Amino acid sequence: MKHTLYDKIWNDHCIRHNEDNSSLIYIDRHLIHEVTSPQAFDGLSLKKRNIWNKNSILATTDHNLQTKNRDHGITDPVSKIQIETLRDNCKKHNIELYDLDNIKQGIVHVIGPELGMTQPGMTLVCGDSHTSTHGALASLAFGIGTSDVEHVLATQCLNLNKEKNFNIRVNGDLNSFVTSKDLILYIIGKIGTSGGSGYTIEYTGSTIKNLSIESRMTICNMTIEAGAKSGLMSFDEVTHNYLKDREFLPNNKYYDDALKYWETLVSDENAIFDRTEEFNAADVQPQVTWGTSPEMVTSIDSKIPNEDSFSNKEEYADTLDYMGLKSGTEIRSISLDKIFIGSCTNSRIEDLRNAANVVKGEKLSSKIKQAIVVPGSGLVKAQAEAEGLDIIFIKAGFEWRDPGCSMCLGMNDDFLQPYERCASTSNRNFQGRQGDKGRTHLVSPSMAAVAGIKGHFYNVKDFMNEK
Amino acid sequence: MKNNTYKGQIIPINRDNVDTDLIIPKQYLKSIKKSGFGPFLFDSLRYTTTATLDSKDNREEDSSFILNQSPYCSGNILISKSNFGCGSSREHAVWAIQNYGIEVVIAESFADIFSRNSYKNGLLLISLENSIITDIIDAALSSNHYIISINLLSNEILLPDDTKIDFEIDSAYKDRIMNNLDDIELTLRYQKEISKYENKIKKTKPWLFHNE
Repeated sequence: MKHTLYDKIWNDHCIRHNEDNSSLIYIDRHLIHEVTSPQAFDGLSLKKRNIWNKNSILATTDHNLQTKNRDHGITDPVSKIQIETLRDNCKKHNIELYDLDNIKQGIVHVIGPELGMTQPGMTLVCGDSHTSTHGALASLAFGIGTSDVEHVLATQCLNLNKEKNFNIRVNGDLNSFVTSKDLILYIIGKIGTSGGSGYTIEYTGSTIKNLSIESRMTICNMTIEAGAKSGLMSFDEVTHNYLKDREFLPNNKYYDDALKYWETLVSDENAIFDRTEEFNAADVQPQVTWGTSPEMVTSIDSKIPNEDSFSNKEEYADTLDYMGLKSGTEIRSISLDKIFIGSCTNSRIEDLRNAANVVKGEKLSSKIKQAIVVPGSGLVKAQAEAEGLDIIFIKAGFEWRDPGCSMCLGMNDDFLQPYERCASTSNRNFQGRQGDKGRTHLVSPSMAAVAGIKGHFYNVKDFMNEK
Repeated sequence: MKNNTYKGQIIPINRDNVDTDLIIPKQYLKSIKKSGFGPFLFDSLRYTTTATLDSKDNREEDSSFILNQSPYCSGNILISKSNFGCGSSREHAVWAIQNYGIEVVIAESFADIFSRNSYKNGLLLISLENSIITDIIDAALSSNHYIISINLLSNEILLPDDTKIDFEIDSAYKDRIMNNLDDIELTLRYQKEISKYENKIKKTKPWLFHNE
């Protein structure tokens, strides 16, 4: 019997098959943060239930933190209550919390892999849809709601129905200055935001093999934007090299056994997928979203599409109205107010290096009201500062912030004012996502950086050639 | 035992990809409770200005939005199009829908995590074909009242003109909705099996348990 990578991890964690066709699946790692956990802990207390395995839990604060002036703690009183609730819950249950005063604090999907808490072959969950990120390390990872957070805390398991297998194969070399962010936006544009519903997506092909783990994480991260809860990539030498020396990796005594197991984490040759789609990396140009769904995306050198390809004309018109754009407008001509470089999609060191490479020696356009760079974790921030990236950004007029989710969802005080337009390296361009009536365009870090310097969208490849 | 029938006014939301940010914007996720989200359901469409948890009174309603119009504002069955509930995993979206008084959501399709969260909270989701959805939305928008009933025992929807529509629903989902089960209690019946599995992997994958 040939198995996909998903089949293997699933089978390996299946405790029992239930009468209703679901299976009881063991969860190895549970990541928690302040926003989606308080009601789960409350539920446990009400029923006087214990936590099954506190050592499986990694807790951090990320969603609603301010990203500057933290010396005096959290200033927003409502956020403060939520963060203190997490502190109290962690203390009560003896769970280690990576809090504001810890350099390892950061966005939950950045610190999990960075600390080696995310390991190949694990089942990993978090009350956050971008948990799909961790699939880049051959871990079966998916977002859950608060009821399921409570369920995992109490039982270390979830009753799940198995998804179907979807193989997205990408071959060839990416064009210069085209990143994995452009690739995943391109794929979402092709298969749609519900294209992956009901599936676990495995990304395969030479393009994926040639990507770093950080680039792979960007793709798995946005898998949820294609409708699938989990994105997966097989274990290989790149994964192995990334994992080396991470803090929470298996100790020497077990390392060889772990490695032997990890090496089995690939889909068997000729394994059966329920669906396969193939893409050619050479077809992908830098991408920019123009609407209020990630599937509303096009290439930098294109125009906003006309209504012909949209079945719901009213919705198309509403989208352009919300975005303050017109059919046929050249993407390059769109001016920006704000720039956001950060989020669990694009806040890792490689992302900051890409952006800094563009920004170096340049100045922010006078048209830009604010440009912020928010590293994904304290460790990313420290690494960037060691490389002098902070100075490059600050000299150009960008603000250098402390780690958190920040303007990706604007739960803190980093958000768009009504009608402000932002080039953002985050993952969702939904209405109001970055601020009430705010207008979001999703792009790669280098494309966001170029937009900051030009004041409008511009092809990063042309910019670098002209530089 | 819960009621097996639902009856009430339809609330049509005529769009695809209704995401959970739209259902409940982020500033309200700072609450540490499961209740009190009803006034913020579809907040950005419902009011002309934004608010926060500690400053939310005296806002102007946007009269063009369906929830600010009679009879839709008192409806308890929401109907929308494809990929309803996409985006963020926030369970607050389900709580907001239920807190408002909505008991059923009908759509062409639902996003996976939203479906799961609805199941966990006993919010009934029904998927219907695009053409049927479009007909119901059109009829509801052009009628003074558009009241339908749903029978969970016979898997039937009865429209105001007495048309019956069959729907399919997963039997486990139906059981969950009808009996309001405590999932954790059900899972803990298998405590021994979970421990047995755990003891096994402590031997086969010991590294998982030595990170502390």
